[in-house]
Amino acid sequence: MLNGTRRLGALAIAAAIFASACSSTAATGTPAVTPAPAATTAAATSTPASAPSAAPSAAAAAVTCVTGTITASGSTALQPLVDAAAKQYDAACSGATITVNGGGSGTGLTQVAAGGVQIGDSDVTAESRLKAPDAAKLVDHIVTRQGWIVVTNKDVTGVTNLTTQQETDVWTGKDTNWNQVGGPDLPIVLIFRPSSSGTRTTFKKLVLNNATEATGGQTLTEDSNGTVTTAVSKTDGAVSVIGFAYYNDPAAKPILNGLQLDGVDATVANMASGTYKLAADGHMYSNGTPAAGSLTEAFLAYMMSPAVQGTLIPSKFYAPVTK
Amino acid sequence: MAQLTSALPASGLRARPGLLARIDLPRRVVFAAASSMILIVALLMVFITWQGIQLFIADHVPVGQILAPTWQPDATNGPTSFGILPFIAGTVFVTGVALLISTPLSVGLALFLSEVAPRWARAIVQPALEIFVGIPSVVWGWLGITILVPFLADTFHKKIAISLPVVGQVFSMPGFLTGFSWLAGSLVLSIMILPTITSVSYDAFRAVPQELRTGSLALGTTRWQTIRHLLIPSALSGVLTAVVLGMTRAAGEALAVQMVIGNSPSMPAAITQPVTTLTSQITLDMGNTVFGEPWQDALWTMSLVLLIISITSVVLVRALNKRRMGS
Repeated sequence: MLNGTRRLGALAIAAAIFASACSSTAATGTPAVTPAPAATTAAATSTPASAPSAAPSAAAAAVTCVTGTITASGSTALQPLVDAAAKQYDAACSGATITVNGGGSGTGLTQVAAGGVQIGDSDVTAESRLKAPDAAKLVDHIVTRQGWIVVTNKDVTGVTNLTTQQETDVWTGKDTNWNQVGGPDLPIVLIFRPSSSGTRTTFKKLVLNNATEATGGQTLTEDSNGTVTTAVSKTDGAVSVIGFAYYNDPAAKPILNGLQLDGVDATVANMASGTYKLAADGHMYSNGTPAAGSLTEAFLAYMMSPAVQGTLIPSKFYAPVTK
Repeated sequence: MAQLTSALPASGLRARPGLLARIDLPRRVVFAAASSMILIVALLMVFITWQGIQLFIADHVPVGQILAPTWQPDATNGPTSFGILPFIAGTVFVTGVALLISTPLSVGLALFLSEVAPRWARAIVQPALEIFVGIPSVVWGWLGITILVPFLADTFHKKIAISLPVVGQVFSMPGFLTGFSWLAGSLVLSIMILPTITSVSYDAFRAVPQELRTGSLALGTTRWQTIRHLLIPSALSGVLTAVVLGMTRAAGEALAVQMVIGNSPSMPAAITQPVTTLTSQITLDMGNTVFGEPWQDALWTMSLVLLIISITSVVLVRALNKRRMGS
């Protein structure tokens, strides 16, 4: 009798494995199994204007409060801003809980397209990464202009500015010593972000004009703004690119040299006006137009409100997108 | 006959249901625990395998391309090439050197603990090893990036070259430009796997029957001869198991290694140069790529390679154990 039960159980397990194997196959074959179909396709490319009609009235009143729980994830470059805005919103509105995670732009886009989170933060457009049908489902909300800054180790003295051409020579490996760009006799150590990162993609497009970067012994790759800061500050002759918000962290700024780009200072004003080249839109994607009266809609509207655009954004070293 | 066996439990059930339930419950609980474990492992393997072959099925990348030395997954940057050979080589080389450093130390330590150490020394070393195991990998990586990497860069930044009188220069290697290097990764790993190899080989040495030792000593051998000709041969499969377990742990470690190896996605050139491992490249790229694009599929393929490494080592350990049981 024991044998019989055992055999039955084994059979059941085998069946379960087989069944779940099949279902996982089906699920991964077609990743886009979320609701919100055709209705929003047309709105996909509309930008800050898609902030709902609540925004003007919210300018006069304080905050449009909606209760509920939502999650935003994605870009680590945007994370300090979105996190601070979420905390302010949560404090102003009891009953609202907005969780902000990092993970990278790709994570944000994947999760919002799959419906895992309500808002996906990204440094890059959805069209540049997702497959067309997935990208078309998402609605873009440009909430800020974020800047990056080229930083060097403190021992790279005498270099305060690099032109676009010099940056290209340095990052493609044409120049390998700081004395070729007016610095000390010291080998240049390039600290990249991973080639998939939004920071690297943006820098490559805006500054290097998509030139092919150097590889090999004098190049390192570090994952996050934090490890890049540590690596640059500890490595002789190191140069890298970090988010402007991270550069202005009181712990990071004193141990790094921040460089001008084409003679323009990295300041919030120069990023807003566009004279500082290394700045790009910060995107917050929702899966379709957020439902009227939802917390997602209210929070995205809050991101465009004077409280965030006028006060919070400059204080976190981002540039506002509304006047 | 069949009727008889099927009738028996039914009558038992009717007679004393309470007792049967009481006897059966623990058995069901452990059975459920075991089967859910098997289920999870099976699902994991199916999922990783399925994701890992998407690169070839959905993205139509030729299977042979993953053995190319060029990693260029960015479609906006010209023709793509999903060569993961640099990462496989990085994992193999970093792990290999870590084992070369760690194995003699660990086996020596295990022999010391099992054969030489007085009781009080064992009482100090064993808890110390347990503390070693408990230190999180991020702490090892952090120590590496704070102490080891600057030390290597400051101390060994000169080019290393060996010249012989007649032949001329036989060996040359660039010095540490940054300290972020293959060697830094191997050193950090060798410390991390030391407790694993030590404790498993210690068990293997303890498993050698005491009579063999006393018999050997009675023949007039020295302690070293006993170790060399008796203990090491008889515990060899156990020691090899320890090394394989250490290797699995080293190949699977991501965080601590990533912090110190520099993550340069090209073929490992010298022990002083930055390299990348499979685990490190996966963690670097996974957050920035989106589900279903060839780039992320290539990361799943790397996971599949790691899974294959892990399965191979499990098979190896089991084969070694079987040999030990047999002998």
